[in-house]
Amino acid sequence: MTSPGNRLGVDIGGTFTDIVLEAGDRLTSTKVLTTYSAPETAIIEGMHKVCAEAGVAPSSISQIIHGTTLATNALIERRGAKTALITTKGFRDVIEMRTESRFEQYDLNLRLPDPLLRREQRYVVDERIDARGGVLVPIDRSEVEKLADALADANYESIAVGLLHSYVNDSHERLIRDILAERLPDVMVSLSSEVSPQMREYERFNTTIANAYIKPLMKNYLRRLNGSLSKEGADCPVFLMHSGGGIISLESAAEFPVRLVESGPAGGAVFAASIAARHGLDKVLSFDMGGTTAKICLIKNSTPKTARVFEVARTYRFKKGSGMPISIPVIDMVEIGAGGGSLAHVDAMNQIRVGPESAGSEPGPACYGQGGDKPAVTDADLVLGKLDPDNFAGGSIALHPDASDKALVTHLGARLNMPALEAAWGLAEVVDENMANAARVHAVENGEDLSEYTMIAFGGAAPLHAARLCDKLGIDRCLIPEGAGVGSAIGFLRAPFSFEANRSVFMTIDDFNAPRVQSLFKDLNREAEAFVRNCDASSKISADHKVYMRYAGQGWEIPVDLTDAEVRNPDADVYLKRFEDEYAKLFGRSVDGMQAEITVWSVNAYTSPAPVEPVDAVKRGDSAPVIGARALFDPGLSDVVDATVVGRADMHPGVVAKGPCVITEDETTVVVPTNRGVTALADACLDLSLNTDGASS
Amino acid sequence: MKKHSNVAYQVMWNRLISVVEEQALALVRTAFSTSVREAGDLSAGLYNADGDMLAQAVTGTPGHVNAMAAAVKHFMRRIGVENMLEGDVYITNDPWEGTGHLHDLTVVSPSFFNGEFVGFFACTAHVVDIGGRGFGVDANSVYEEGLYIPIMKFIDAGVVNETLVNIVRGNVREPDQVVGDIYSLSTCNEVGHRRLVAMMEEFSLSDLGGISDFILENSRKATLERINALARGEATGHMRIDGYDEPVDLHVKISIEQDRIVCDWDGTSGISRKGINVPHIYTKAYACYALKCAIAPDIPNNAASLAPFEVSAPENSILNALHPAPVAIRHVIGHMLPDTVYDALDKLLPDLVPAEGAGSLCNFQISVRPGVDATEEEREGAIRAEVLVFNSGGSGARPGLDGMNATAFPSGVMTMPVEATEQVGPVIIWRKELRPDSGGAGRTRGGLGQYLDVGVTTGHEFDISAMFDRVDHPARGRRGGHNGGPTTIEQDDATAMKGKGRQFVPHGRFVRMALPGGAGYGSPADRDPALVRQDLAGGYISADEARQHYAMTDAEINAVLEKVRRGEPV
Repeated sequence: MTSPGNRLGVDIGGTFTDIVLEAGDRLTSTKVLTTYSAPETAIIEGMHKVCAEAGVAPSSISQIIHGTTLATNALIERRGAKTALITTKGFRDVIEMRTESRFEQYDLNLRLPDPLLRREQRYVVDERIDARGGVLVPIDRSEVEKLADALADANYESIAVGLLHSYVNDSHERLIRDILAERLPDVMVSLSSEVSPQMREYERFNTTIANAYIKPLMKNYLRRLNGSLSKEGADCPVFLMHSGGGIISLESAAEFPVRLVESGPAGGAVFAASIAARHGLDKVLSFDMGGTTAKICLIKNSTPKTARVFEVARTYRFKKGSGMPISIPVIDMVEIGAGGGSLAHVDAMNQIRVGPESAGSEPGPACYGQGGDKPAVTDADLVLGKLDPDNFAGGSIALHPDASDKALVTHLGARLNMPALEAAWGLAEVVDENMANAARVHAVENGEDLSEYTMIAFGGAAPLHAARLCDKLGIDRCLIPEGAGVGSAIGFLRAPFSFEANRSVFMTIDDFNAPRVQSLFKDLNREAEAFVRNCDASSKISADHKVYMRYAGQGWEIPVDLTDAEVRNPDADVYLKRFEDEYAKLFGRSVDGMQAEITVWSVNAYTSPAPVEPVDAVKRGDSAPVIGARALFDPGLSDVVDATVVGRADMHPGVVAKGPCVITEDETTVVVPTNRGVTALADACLDLSLNTDGASS
Repeated sequence: MKKHSNVAYQVMWNRLISVVEEQALALVRTAFSTSVREAGDLSAGLYNADGDMLAQAVTGTPGHVNAMAAAVKHFMRRIGVENMLEGDVYITNDPWEGTGHLHDLTVVSPSFFNGEFVGFFACTAHVVDIGGRGFGVDANSVYEEGLYIPIMKFIDAGVVNETLVNIVRGNVREPDQVVGDIYSLSTCNEVGHRRLVAMMEEFSLSDLGGISDFILENSRKATLERINALARGEATGHMRIDGYDEPVDLHVKISIEQDRIVCDWDGTSGISRKGINVPHIYTKAYACYALKCAIAPDIPNNAASLAPFEVSAPENSILNALHPAPVAIRHVIGHMLPDTVYDALDKLLPDLVPAEGAGSLCNFQISVRPGVDATEEEREGAIRAEVLVFNSGGSGARPGLDGMNATAFPSGVMTMPVEATEQVGPVIIWRKELRPDSGGAGRTRGGLGQYLDVGVTTGHEFDISAMFDRVDHPARGRRGGHNGGPTTIEQDDATAMKGKGRQFVPHGRFVRMALPGGAGYGSPADRDPALVRQDLAGGYISADEARQHYAMTDAEINAVLEKVRRGEPV
């Protein structure tokens, strides 16, 4: 990235809009309440605040990088435009029939999620393309014209076009767009062959519809935002964070707003990746725990792991299958209903269950004293001594331990014959175990061994739970960075310009066609680079190439990274070998005698990230001054221990603290159990590691 | 044994459920069989040293619920615990000691910790092919249905039984995939075992005795609490379905008693000549699943939570078919059992259970080959291929909710994307969409079935092995609700076809199917008029249906259709 100057990172979240100003190497941040009716208002307010604090003018800002949950929320809350679908005759109900399965096996009163578009908003044309791209039924222009007139009568604002097998042959979709452009010039059109040119009609159609559905809203918002910012003096380019962890131009974002879904969490992963790079860590588990959910992501070689498809707007306890699939490049994250506000109860088997129901901020956990009477994770943390009742959120909220005790005893202890402390221990163990299980399963899915990983923990609740989670996962070392409360917005400032282009084209290794491979990659390169060049006229653009492969007959593809040489001179045996190695790594062995095939081709183009300045090593020096003492429950020892209290402000580089200890700061508390110690690093990260004597729980 | 805190047991139980989910996931990711990887037709579980199931992964099929719970005891009896060694893996596809047909392979691995035997992992998957006549109804006995593998060692103290591998290779149509799946099954148990060992180390366990008692005791108590909260009583249920060549009557008596629910299938039809017969273990699975959904849906499956549900069926009835009856498509009848149980349960526990639905999954297998009637030019490049497709009819209306459109119940398997199916073989699916008016009318409406038109590309002909019911016996409405639409199947030139069996379709023809809808619940006169208008607007019901069953006037109908034309919400 050339001539950085002053840069602004903006993350619109559900409750807060986080703003981070980077002036030189100094970061200034603030949080303002999100203004739903006109989200740009909060941005302007926050921008003036940080500019004033840093003593710079808005006009000195050279770049604004923006991520937002607005797109996600519009899908969850169904606040999109009046949208129609045009699809192949015989396939009107693809988005309603889904996978024809129930995501919860034992619930007789299961409610399936409503499709984004009602049935009467889904229209068909008589046409058909086959799996190889051949035309089985030609499209009839006059039929489409008639349909266009019917759509005009119904006053749609946005139209999605999704035809079968359009990922191999988009000619029918393009013809429909041309006719719509003639007859309904003011209506926005989204083609499935452009939004998500991948096989599997349910995912592709749904993604295209989601894009069409939020396009008018997002386009409008982005135009307004640009105007307001210029009016306030920040007349600089605005870029958008996308779900894949890179940034794209405002124009691209307005055309493909579905790519903005989950951009906030993606920023968090990029934040963790930038810290991993600074510390030279090649295997990192990022752990982001806030008020309602925890998010876990694998980061290898400073690059968050990505996926081709994910699910948004889950309607049933975060359960897989209860939301809608979106097939765009995305940072692969596991999200579970485990946060500071997650509520606990005892089920029929006398088991403690935690989440996904959350106390939210109103009434909040019982200890807030705002009328909440059910025990939340924060209540357990308070009773276990992890939080200071008189100094929570910098002393701005007084906590009530007696209310926590009461909630824990009433809802858990009475049923399980446990006093408040033991109930709190049980609650905390269950929520930590839930997160550990999610992390383990995610690692297994990716063929990774977490004991080789370092954790990077951020978000308000993560430092309270990170050490225990590390113990459960066999992770020795955990870094807790500064600025953890606005991690996503900082992450935006660290993201490269990038765009990933994917396409489904089937090719078996036996029918491997090298010239075809070269031309495919060339097309994808051109597409991906155009998006990046649109943002940055001069920087060098690099590209990573990937194919998704499987044994013919399997339903699950695995990603195989290719080197530049393997892309320039494609060779069937080399591709097969790379696949078999990857397969063996994931599943223990490859399978002899089976045909392998490539299903999806992928090119990620990006500008080179700013060179990383490695963090200087620190010499372990003085012990941190002890400012107090507190009784802390140590789950590794199953007992209460006497912990020292240390202020994070005193944790200058090289300063050490020995567990049991709690390190307090305004936003959160870092809990250091008996088996661990902390060293402050040169960049103010806290390194929370197992004691060198290896003493563990 | 070290005494563990209640908190530690809470964590361990939680962990073991995650362990079996991981075990199942490993199988889904590596299996070759379509039914496993796309449809979730598999299961995985952990057992204590006595062979009692402690945890089971929740997967796409309830059919393995009790079957898996019982299978391990058969392995213990046949092999003898004293003969079990570290590094052993056992296998069978015995329909009576496994999960009901030869296509399901069950693999069991003993777990050893520090040299001591502590328990078992077991898993089951439906494989692509098992030889014989192929997957379908047509065999006259189990001998024709394929290769039979009695309970035996697949791996003996780390040494693979190559003789067995050779026999399997020599007897199935897709040897690489089937042998691949056997290895997948072993790997999946190994994954579970490794996680179990890590947990035992973390909690310093030497055996599973303590955690096993904790799980089983809490599960038993929770289940009995639910059962004993119900009013005692007994009631009977009945359903008549197509069967193979004559209708099958399913009769059940449900008795809610102290500490147990008894489900007796006395009076049910005798065995069929063809492969729709059900081994008893599979009957138990679906009867038990139905009762659990209604009474204790949140209690996980294990030996103790399943035990209070007692299921019996007379020997040599179609629900307790003995060896060597043909059983390949036992799911067609097995999937009808929950709705039969609910016919009885509705009389005991009103406002709880749904009306009848499509019931069995609407599966068919297509065998494609170069068309004899095609010209030489058309046949150019034509191939042979086997394609298995899963589809669902509509589910029955619930007391407070409409039935689910084109969604399987009781099975939980998934359909494959049309684009993916067409990439696999030279198949063309011309139509796959909801079938208006097929959901039975009622206060709540039955779920819609679907239209499905299936052919092959030019140059090919095919056989279709149909596995459909509800041609002559559609889903019946409950408490005044109307029946769902029946199954229909014919060729595009109106040539009639049968609901079950392998049938030839010549070059140039395709098959039109209308899959059944679920039945309605309560009188249609009581349906909220706003819902009727929405159904009409979306075309879930036609104008005729609105007029006939829901008493809409022509003026009301026209008003709705005009709103749709103008794009206004109804």
